[in-house]
Amino acid sequence: MIQFDRFTLSNGLRVIVHQDTSTPMAVMNVMYDVGARDEDPDRTGFAHLFEHLMFGGSVNIPDYDEPLQMAGGENNAYTTNDLTNYYITLPSENLETAFWLESDRMLSLAFDEKSLEVQRKVVCEEFKEHYLNKPYGDVWHTLRSVAYKEHPYRWMTIGEKLAHIEDAKLEDVKAFFFKHYRPQNAVLVVAGNVTTEQVKTLTEKWFGDIPAGDKYERHLPQEPEQTEARKKEMHAAVPVDAFYKCWHMASRLDKRYYIADLLTDILGGGASSRLYQSLVKEQRLFSNIECFHFGSTDAGLACISGKLVKGVTMEQAEKAVEAELEKMKTATVSDTELQKVKNKTESMIAFEDMSVMSRAGSLAYYEILGDAALMNQELDRYAAVTAADILQESRILFRPENSSTLYYYAKQ
Amino acid sequence: MPDRSIAPVIVDAVDFNPKLQPCEKWTLKNGVEVYSVNAGAEELMSLELVFYAGNWFEEKNLVAATTNFLLKNGTRQRNAFQINEHFEYYGAHLSRACYNETSTLSLHTLTKHVRELLPVVRELVTDAQMPEEELSIYQQNMKQRLKVNLRKADFVAGRLIDVYLFGEEHPYGRYTRDEDFDTLNREELLQFYRRYYQQGRFIIFAAGKLPSDLEALLNEYFGDLPTQPVTLPTHALQPATEKKYRISNDPDGVQGSIRIAREFPNRHHPDFIRVQTLNSLFGGFFGSRLMSNIREDKGYTYGIHSYLLNHIHDSAWMISTEAGKEVCEATIAEVYKEMKELREVAVDDEELSLVKNFMIGSILGDLDGPFQIIGRWKNLILNGLDDQYFYKSIETIKSITPQELQELANRYLVEKDFYELVVV
Repeated sequence: MIQFDRFTLSNGLRVIVHQDTSTPMAVMNVMYDVGARDEDPDRTGFAHLFEHLMFGGSVNIPDYDEPLQMAGGENNAYTTNDLTNYYITLPSENLETAFWLESDRMLSLAFDEKSLEVQRKVVCEEFKEHYLNKPYGDVWHTLRSVAYKEHPYRWMTIGEKLAHIEDAKLEDVKAFFFKHYRPQNAVLVVAGNVTTEQVKTLTEKWFGDIPAGDKYERHLPQEPEQTEARKKEMHAAVPVDAFYKCWHMASRLDKRYYIADLLTDILGGGASSRLYQSLVKEQRLFSNIECFHFGSTDAGLACISGKLVKGVTMEQAEKAVEAELEKMKTATVSDTELQKVKNKTESMIAFEDMSVMSRAGSLAYYEILGDAALMNQELDRYAAVTAADILQESRILFRPENSSTLYYYAKQ
Repeated sequence: MPDRSIAPVIVDAVDFNPKLQPCEKWTLKNGVEVYSVNAGAEELMSLELVFYAGNWFEEKNLVAATTNFLLKNGTRQRNAFQINEHFEYYGAHLSRACYNETSTLSLHTLTKHVRELLPVVRELVTDAQMPEEELSIYQQNMKQRLKVNLRKADFVAGRLIDVYLFGEEHPYGRYTRDEDFDTLNREELLQFYRRYYQQGRFIIFAAGKLPSDLEALLNEYFGDLPTQPVTLPTHALQPATEKKYRISNDPDGVQGSIRIAREFPNRHHPDFIRVQTLNSLFGGFFGSRLMSNIREDKGYTYGIHSYLLNHIHDSAWMISTEAGKEVCEATIAEVYKEMKELREVAVDDEELSLVKNFMIGSILGDLDGPFQIIGRWKNLILNGLDDQYFYKSIETIKSITPQELQELANRYLVEKDFYELVVV
């Protein structure tokens, strides 16, 4: 059970305080309710590029990193398709430095042309490092665009193409900031060796006068139900054939999400999972295989991905995968198997919650989802899943017309 | 409304005194050393068995790594699936890893389940069978994985720079070829297992919220195992004579993997601790010279880092980055320019104070929780050091002067001493 206090400023900024006096450190986590899904289809990759620009100086503070390092702090940030998160750890004595830095960049950025010019290049190198200069690096770009036709999950966080990043203009940066980086669209979590009273005072002082701005209303095109199986083939200079298949699953707060989460774990979550045991160990068709899902806020994807053993055809591999899915659709999983994935989930959550930084990030995430208290209900939601639920969900999820398949061939 | 142009008053991080929580040391009936840190609020624990069974001891490439990998793949009582299922059923994570001098079996679990898991951990240490079928699957799949990795410039660069620094025959420089997998056989794995696991030398590290009867438990499952001292064979360094390399690995590559490195003594050399501060200033954190210049000013790369390798015998000082293909040579020139600057101009007090504050803050932050604390201890113990080293490191960070750093730069950051490699 994670304890926390919560209050909201008059400008709409939601604040959560989580005290843990066993550490000498404090954590400040600012999560903005904006991700790659909020981008213009002609300007993809912008939310992430913007995250880089948040370090290029704010209206009153020319350099973000230096004063933080001087205070013995460290920081980082990440962007997903759903949200953007910034976090700092520093000795709790220097907590106010974090308030000063984060509030000033919520107030306004410096909007520096040089910073934009450099970070465009940096992000292009990041794009190359992770997606172009790696074998199979283009798989998820492709698979997303096959599985999603309408919803902005059809592009990756890094962006659809380099050109979108190269074309970013300072006026786009400004517009994006004032649309999304307002107090109303943010959640501030302060955790560690802090008190609620102290955080209240500091929050009022540093964030209280930031204009509320306009509330961003999200109206994303929803993905229509898929009605026929989709297939695509690719040929690339990779050494081994690879097989990918994905299915549309329920959104993050749906009861079905928790069922699908356990279901993917039963199929491909470890060395005793079904796909690994059957296809890697017994039949020796794949050299590795995984089943997982994206954990998206809106309706996401459950996926299977694996590399084929040399000499195995794509059709053989797919048939063997389908046979395992068929078992999920026709026979109830045993109590032991279900208990195993529930125990794994319990343990995983416990290990995650060990670090104050991770707890702070989770509180912000659940608050953005709707309510920080959801964090403490997760175990019950998993516990409620029955073997009958798994059977029924398998039948819904693994319908052929709900699937997208990618045959990724090694060019001979 | 606060005056935002003025930074809040801070306590200088160098005024903090990070403490390394002491670690309890005791021995099992058979003399096996146990180090434990009983701390943390959650009912979780880790237990790591560190064997002197790394590739330092093997006479043939891959024997140590394969033996370590197959520990989990079958005993007389349980096959690989049953072993994995047992740990996963209790939500536990059992991993194994093989390093240069040591190899590990490491368990992370909810404390309440540890009694169900220890008997099986014991089984892996006493009765692993390394079945032929498991070996054959491993060979097949690892060969495929190697093929994929060899397409990655960073993987290829990592192998080559180690060869230049240490030599192909040295455990730190040795790398795996496709054919090395083919010549492995079960008998030699079992032989290695008998010598270095069943009757070898191991140390136990435990951390987290530990059960009150931990001592009795560990004695029950590991206190009767035969153990004997191992002597580390000597391996001569054979560094390359040629210093500069340009390798073409992928005709379609859009980035180059750059590695610039020189040999460096191990932790017992007095300069090791002192150079940590110079390294931070040079390329050891986000505000470093390399990062500020090559990423934040020029935009040549997503990231550039320098670090001392975490090796027990001989270390090396490494600079590593992935940069746009067309700016690789410019990147290398900037790296040398930064070395020259550190040799010729003493760092000013403000920048040095920033680096020091960052380093102390980072140590404070890293000591968050029992697993991090035992990790520090493990590193000290395996390197033959104790907490005096930890406190000396902190003292050195606090007291080192611009003149000392400049002197170190003149000793070590000398262009001609560095190997230089680009793989595209």
